Amino acid sequence: MSTTTREDRGSAAALAACRSEGRSALIGYLPVGYPDVPGSVDAVRALVAGGADMVEIGMPYTDPGLDGPVIEAASVKALSGGVRVADVFTAVQAAADAGATPVVMSYWNLILQYGVDAYARDLAAAGGVGIVTPDLIPDEADEWIAASDAHDLDRIFLVAPSSSPDRISAVVEASRGFVYAASTMGVTGTRAEVGGKAAGLVADTRAAGARNVCVGLGVSTREHAAEVASYADGVIVGSAFVRALTEGGSAAVGRAAEQFAEGVRD
Amino acid sequence: MIEQFSRPDSDLPQGPRFGEFGGRYIPEALVPACEEIEEAFGKAVLDEEFRAEYRRLLDEYVGRPSLLSEAARFSEHAGGARILLKREDLNHTGSHKINNALGQALLAKRQGKTRLIAETGAGQHGVATATAAALMGMECRIYMGAVDVERQALNVARMNLLGAEVTAVDAGSRTLKDAINETFRDWVASVESTHYVFGTVAGPHPFPVLVREFQRIIGLEARGQVIERTGGLPDAVVACVGGGSNAIGAFHAFIPDEGVRLVGCEAAGDGIETPRHAATLTKGSVGVLHGAKSYQLQDEDGQTQESHSISAGLDYSGVGPEHAWLHASGRGEYRPVTDAEAMDAFRLLCRTEGIIPAIESSHALAGALDLGRELGPEATILVCLSGRGDKDVTTAGRWFGYLDSEGETA
Repeated sequence: MSTTTREDRGSAAALAACRSEGRSALIGYLPVGYPDVPGSVDAVRALVAGGADMVEIGMPYTDPGLDGPVIEAASVKALSGGVRVADVFTAVQAAADAGATPVVMSYWNLILQYGVDAYARDLAAAGGVGIVTPDLIPDEADEWIAASDAHDLDRIFLVAPSSSPDRISAVVEASRGFVYAASTMGVTGTRAEVGGKAAGLVADTRAAGARNVCVGLGVSTREHAAEVASYADGVIVGSAFVRALTEGGSAAVGRAAEQFAEGVRD
Repeated sequence: MIEQFSRPDSDLPQGPRFGEFGGRYIPEALVPACEEIEEAFGKAVLDEEFRAEYRRLLDEYVGRPSLLSEAARFSEHAGGARILLKREDLNHTGSHKINNALGQALLAKRQGKTRLIAETGAGQHGVATATAAALMGMECRIYMGAVDVERQALNVARMNLLGAEVTAVDAGSRTLKDAINETFRDWVASVESTHYVFGTVAGPHPFPVLVREFQRIIGLEARGQVIERTGGLPDAVVACVGGGSNAIGAFHAFIPDEGVRLVGCEAAGDGIETPRHAATLTKGSVGVLHGAKSYQLQDEDGQTQESHSISAGLDYSGVGPEHAWLHASGRGEYRPVTDAEAMDAFRLLCRTEGIIPAIESSHALAGALDLGRELGPEATILVCLSGRGDKDVTTAGRWFGYLDSEGETA
């Protein structure tokens, strides 16, 4: 856990800045290429203008096993529109230019085919600070650990309600920047409530030595955000923004971001 | 009695890696479940009670050992090479899939699980899983690509009759790979009560090993049967490869027999020179799909490319990591077989041997015809006839023009 305490740069610096304001960070997810690449970049700008402290740029994938129907449908549309892996860096750059701290969420094969070190290099050059890896566990991550060290990027691994104390320790040990706590056993998507095990999982993850723990999956309303913000360093919202984009374009993303930004301050 | 499971001191790979292939590329949420299955299986294979119960099911319920049939008239079309058929088509439910489904269901029951889920392509694994669930009094849901639901309607009806719920998956290419995605999504939310009966030797560790161990009975039996029948080992073992479970099952016992060629027949669809095929090892590249590193059909970015085969059971963009290892090491040979070649072999077996094979298995038959012509009349070729073709009668009828596109008699 040597490195999760690093506070001077990357995600940890962004989370520390929010902490100094006495609140949690709002981390907004949007997939690049949805509805098209320029449209997704506009949506990212609206997300930041609306109050997202960090942006998680998702790269659409043909087999998004950890995503529910909202993000999968957006991925299908983005892929049929021809989005390429390198477009991620355009969206990352836009988020950084807008003043937010960007990370990427990508299924592992896309990074593997690009070249792990090349991906890390290009992400860092675009102003990205790390990668959320939903289907890469620390046990398989030697190449990513080396590349993230070489390019000073955050390694954002996940813990889940099913994680044993040993697994939580292993994830905390391997992570840098923050640990992503999945609120529930399931896929991404909006839900009626945030999983009841999330607060306990955050506490267990802190007890294992993590300085920063952010919670995602199912955070769907301002009230959810306020609830999660009471115990987590960051609140990750995905499907709710994608749905807003589908229903009302970038303007709706901006309005939704304002709501969630108030939620993390409630 | 044959000792089915690999010895702990086996020199062959036992996972998580097969050379550079395999591993466990999964959400952290599923790590505990995979670890539990690995541990439970490790204990079960050492437990006399588990082994005896599994053995009893194979003997009394599946109908093992399956026959080894001489295909004398078919052999005349294979350059006179002697072709022996390992008759997995005669197993209860009509294919090799039951060997694995019963084993995993028994294991899940020991772990206290009450619900089984599975993906299926041709429907054979779905039927086998639904059968195991009915036999053991467990709930069952099967995910099947919408395209496959349509082309394997008979198997959908069978699953329903057996009490399983069948969910048609409308995402992506609406075939096997998408059914796998959907089954993983179910599992991540239901893992406390539910076991995912993975149907092939792909997926995250321990599934490639688990499924292989339940399928290696095919090759173990066949090796003894061929020696008894011919006085020696076969020159080649031939099997079709989609994910690759019947092929690994047939090959595994022969891996140490250096003189025995292991030949996997991949679905070449319209031809490997076209984009419409499922020849993963012949035309694919190394990547991570569905939890393991192996070969796959993918574009430059690593997006999975859709496969095509007339055979739903071979219509998959990935392949098991142990096949990737056999391919990369040269111990296995993988050949493409087109839809047309497979269907010719299908009809030939019907008319020369009175056996209607699954279209999947017909790819192996086509491969054996070619190999026989190459090896000549002195050769003995063991073919894994992995399934029967009842489910394929409509597809075959359309192909040969007996039925029109609506399935009515033309």
